[in-house]
Amino acid sequence: MELYELTAIDLSRLLQKMEVSAVEVVQSFLDRIEAVEPYIKAFITLTPAEALQEARAVDLKRIRGEPLHALAGVPVALKDCICTAGLRTTCSSRILENFIPPYDATVVTKLKRAGLPILGKTNMDEFAMGSSTENSAFFPTHNPWDLERVPGGSSGGSAAAVAAGMAPLALGSDTGGSVRQPAAFCGLTGIRPTYGRVSRFGLIAFASSLDQIGTLTLTAADGALLLALIAGHDPLDSTSLPQEVPPYAASLEQSLKGLRVGVIVENCGEGFDPEINAAVEKAAHQLKEFGASVGEVSLPHSGYGLAAYYLISPSEASSNLGRYDGVRYGLRAGGENIVDMFSRTRGEGFGSEVKRRIMIGTYALSAGYYDAFYLQAQKVRTLLRRDFDSAFKDFDLLIGATTPTPAFKIGEKTEDPLQMYLCDICTVNDALAGLPSISVPAGLHSCGLPLGVQLTAPPLQEGLLFRAAQALEQAQGGAPARPLLGPPVEGGCLE
Amino acid sequence: MKYEAVIGLEIHVELSTRSKLFCGCSTAFGAEPNSNCCPVCLGLPGTLPVLNRRAVELAVMAALALDCSVQELCRFDRKNYYYPDLPKAYQISQYDRPLALGGGLDVDFPGGTRRIRLERVHLEEEAGKLIHAGDSIMNAAYSLVDYNRAGIPLLEIVTAPDLRSGKEARLFLEALRTLLRYTGVSDVKMEQGSLRCDANISLRPPGSGKLGVKTEVKNMNSFRAVELALDYEARRQAEIMERGGVVVQQTCHWDEERKVTVPLRSKEGSADYRYFPEPDLLPLRLECSFIEALKNELPELPQRRSRRLQEQYGLEPREAAFLTATRETADFFEAAAESYSDYRNLANWIQGELIYQLRETGLEISAVDPGLLVELLQMLDSGEINRPTAKELLPELLQSGTSPLLLVQKRGLGRICGRAALEPLVERVLAENSDAAESFRQGKEKALAFLVGRVMALTGGRADTGEVNELLREKLSPSP
Repeated sequence: MELYELTAIDLSRLLQKMEVSAVEVVQSFLDRIEAVEPYIKAFITLTPAEALQEARAVDLKRIRGEPLHALAGVPVALKDCICTAGLRTTCSSRILENFIPPYDATVVTKLKRAGLPILGKTNMDEFAMGSSTENSAFFPTHNPWDLERVPGGSSGGSAAAVAAGMAPLALGSDTGGSVRQPAAFCGLTGIRPTYGRVSRFGLIAFASSLDQIGTLTLTAADGALLLALIAGHDPLDSTSLPQEVPPYAASLEQSLKGLRVGVIVENCGEGFDPEINAAVEKAAHQLKEFGASVGEVSLPHSGYGLAAYYLISPSEASSNLGRYDGVRYGLRAGGENIVDMFSRTRGEGFGSEVKRRIMIGTYALSAGYYDAFYLQAQKVRTLLRRDFDSAFKDFDLLIGATTPTPAFKIGEKTEDPLQMYLCDICTVNDALAGLPSISVPAGLHSCGLPLGVQLTAPPLQEGLLFRAAQALEQAQGGAPARPLLGPPVEGGCLE
Repeated sequence: MKYEAVIGLEIHVELSTRSKLFCGCSTAFGAEPNSNCCPVCLGLPGTLPVLNRRAVELAVMAALALDCSVQELCRFDRKNYYYPDLPKAYQISQYDRPLALGGGLDVDFPGGTRRIRLERVHLEEEAGKLIHAGDSIMNAAYSLVDYNRAGIPLLEIVTAPDLRSGKEARLFLEALRTLLRYTGVSDVKMEQGSLRCDANISLRPPGSGKLGVKTEVKNMNSFRAVELALDYEARRQAEIMERGGVVVQQTCHWDEERKVTVPLRSKEGSADYRYFPEPDLLPLRLECSFIEALKNELPELPQRRSRRLQEQYGLEPREAAFLTATRETADFFEAAAESYSDYRNLANWIQGELIYQLRETGLEISAVDPGLLVELLQMLDSGEINRPTAKELLPELLQSGTSPLLLVQKRGLGRICGRAALEPLVERVLAENSDAAESFRQGKEKALAFLVGRVMALTGGRADTGEVNELLREKLSPSP
């Protein structure tokens, strides 16, 4: 078995026992990237030299016996909306194509401090707006399970990189499902933490009240380690939560006995792929076998979630993206005067989906429409929170599908934005309520594509999500399935 | 008068914090362009605002001093518009949940004291500054932008339409300035742009409860300009109405050169700022204990202090008003009054000579030891020095901080008194002015005054005229 096929935990053990060096680990992933990246196209920017340099530094510290984080030397890939000092951060947009931030996002500071070599910046839908990574201004990313299919989005590059063995760990961002949906499409564990659990400082904003950085990993245990590393209060983010971060990994083995699991009736059933419904049912059953009780629960207002999400997020985006005007940084198109320069810069710099959402958001916030759209959507948000509050009176954990279907084909939905928006039907509600939610691999569809089920917990119960996710892994017989990982010429997937 | 002007003001005051409203950058005036900036106040992608606690404290103190009701829960909102001096393309402000509501300020107008009510007080951030190579942003060859000011905390104060003339507007602003300086909330330096004022003005028949069509007047850069611009605008509107015309709701600029208000070309529709709650900041909950603590931090406010000074020290209203115009002056007076009981004399000296000399020397009153002035006045009262000497000593006293007693000794400015000191001078004057001496002996009393004057001249005014007079009489009287 090659190093690049191992989980982060396994790599961590080998590194700590000094059976391999961080340089060897990083080199293995770099070789893998060289072999399969031309087919997957997960990265916008690669930083092999910097990754090796960090690996060497970690090896040196280990030889000297200095204290190291468990993940020191285990490399990581970052979604390209997470700012890295001195390293181009594009948000997959022409308007930031050459933007080099002078600061690290707080999560990046934490990763660097813990000695995780950064392999590069991954592709995404422009400004995280999309569900397929086809909205990247540069190129689409391919799903390692089937190159003709999308990896999901918007964190598609991060998901594809981990699924294809190009990185053992990756960070994504989740505004309405952008970590969980690609996790489901690529057969990974992807968590969206409680809103405020991870600092947003340095995360280029799409919709500030919804954006959260999350992790994409092969297993729940990997996710538990990585999230514990990046989570915590940050004085630079006023919306970050002050609570201490518990060591998620330490409670993974705790029993699920007595846990009350509610199957969200709106997140499966009619309109969902039957095999996905079966996967949800099976997962619920597996949790039952671990001692949990299972019932059904309804979120009466969940049907309005998608509409509310597609008003609130574009509204905030229309404001957040106003700063890209060509005056201070990023693309500047010439113009006759300032208004002309603004228009041309934004006209040339933004792709069509971004423009569509800026227009929707601008409209929804306009005088005379605000009450009917933005305010109404905020009311839905309150009602959804109440739905969840009442569901959590009877249940400790909610379960449903992450997506209605497995990964779709590249180009299949690009002509129909509404079809694309419907991909988020199961993931937006928890996001609107600010709840932690995880997508867990749930076996393969008969067509060979991975399936995901989604678990949602009350605020700050990430530990419970990882525990349940690990239990489901065990029930399925250990580490989740991987796409064919052989060299591209021999592998069925990567031809 | 056929019409009554109805005026409301919208005032922006820079709060005197050391750092900006949402980042740690310095608020110092006059720094190298774009040197007091960071990724946060430049609005770089991914950066987030963190509220400056001191700015909130100062805003609450201002609201308390203005008798407003400070809201337990307020919120920040985004005001969205595109302009190159606005780094994020939105200003973080407060919209429908401001920091404080209501309140008012009692202002002394010529016709008596009247309360000018306030609508609201809120916090917001300042924008940057543009310099155009040309006369406007639309036709400049290029424009330069300085973001040093971007993010500086501002307090917006909105009055009710309670003012009736340009003069009233000016008097209100002066009273407001005094109060804000007094509370230490702002240094209110108009020349540095730390207080700006826009006005809404309309006309109506006197006593009518209805409001007419208003215009907004901007670009008034001094209190004097506010007075002139509003009076001009009231006349302009009156003339339109006299002619049977209709006032159009619009924004006017005050043209300082020509002393006229110039209507701006009306834009298509009114600006829509698409306000919505700022998601990067939590709603601001102000605990009662926090507000109470700030109440205790507030100094005694000028109007109340003025009344107290009148009662406690027997001062005239004018004197008390002068002394309480700044907190430092009143503090100086009260500190000096602890060891000097001729309060009116003390007040006169502060108002007159002291303020004059401070202006001359450029010193701040807070840098002066009140004990020095007291010592000087005591020497004057006891006759050790006379009034001209006291005035002469004051500048050096202020600059060196040396005790006046030492200064007098050092410079030999003490009084010339006693027979031993004065006799030679008297003898000399009599010898040099034998004609006058003779005239006196022959009964011309006036001649004595002349002789006294000569002696005084020789002493540089430091002798006592009475003593000189007596000595001269003695010398001129026929020997027994």
